[in-house]
Amino acid sequence: MAATDTAVQSEATGVEDAHADEHHPTPRFYIQVAVVLGILTAMEFSTYFIEFGALSAPLLLVLMAIKFALIVGFFMHLKFDTDLYSKLMMTGLIGALVLYVVVYVVLFEFPALSV
Amino acid sequence: MTAVEQTSLGLDNRKLAMWVFLGSEFMFFGAFITAYLLFVNSTAGGPGVELFDIVYTSISSFVLLMSSLTMVLAHNAHVHGDMRRMQLWILATALQGLVFVGGQAYEFIKFYREGLTLADSPFASSFFVLTGFHGLHVTVGIIMLLGLWAYARIGKVRPDQHTKTEIIGLYWHFVDIVWVLIFVVVYLIPYESV
Repeated sequence: MAATDTAVQSEATGVEDAHADEHHPTPRFYIQVAVVLGILTAMEFSTYFIEFGALSAPLLLVLMAIKFALIVGFFMHLKFDTDLYSKLMMTGLIGALVLYVVVYVVLFEFPALSV
Repeated sequence: MTAVEQTSLGLDNRKLAMWVFLGSEFMFFGAFITAYLLFVNSTAGGPGVELFDIVYTSISSFVLLMSSLTMVLAHNAHVHGDMRRMQLWILATALQGLVFVGGQAYEFIKFYREGLTLADSPFASSFFVLTGFHGLHVTVGIIMLLGLWAYARIGKVRPDQHTKTEIIGLYWHFVDIVWVLIFVVVYLIPYESV
């Protein structure tokens, strides 16, 4: 069934296409993803006990990025859905990063610009 | 099929609207995380990140992370028309959310007793506003989950309406990934740099 037809059915009757999600993973796969997420969280937690020195922050950021990707990719189905949803999310993320860079630059590199 | 029934993108309008909303929410939390990172060392002589209890926060983070699993299992059950299991997973998700919010309330009270209050310093304000808004989002998510559960129970959400569960699930996973960011950027990295 075409995507348009799916939406039509959904909008008209509130009934969704039963086949629309047939390519989504199984509960077993979701549990496997959750186990990986749990292990990654334990690795993050381990930095509290184990001294990684200068590697600590980059390691934590990499672990965080992997967790982020797993959740949006599989739990939020972005890996299986249309690219438009990914673009909407990336727009928000990039907007947030740009905001951080601009505020940082204004406050610390050009303090005379800040009020 | 009539023109009214069509969507120009061929996508479900409700799901598209949720993604637009979540995109804006990234910027919303981006602003608060930015403020926190800029003021993390501005404690005005008061307490700072050394107050954080990383063990406690790690457990809270794990609970919220696992709530994403139960949420996606609820959606999966709904897709397959298993409403009894869907309701069970939705309740499990809401319960884990309540545990998280309760833990955050306890943490806030503990910080207040240890001398960290909202207006103490730029650090305190940015920390409480960021984590407080996140807690508020989790609370809204719990209300939506309980509403979905109640509607499913009385038959107002039918087995063929799984997009409703998916949309609430998107919101719930969003509050989870925001916490994934907060846990590392707000708690772990600043704490280890002390």
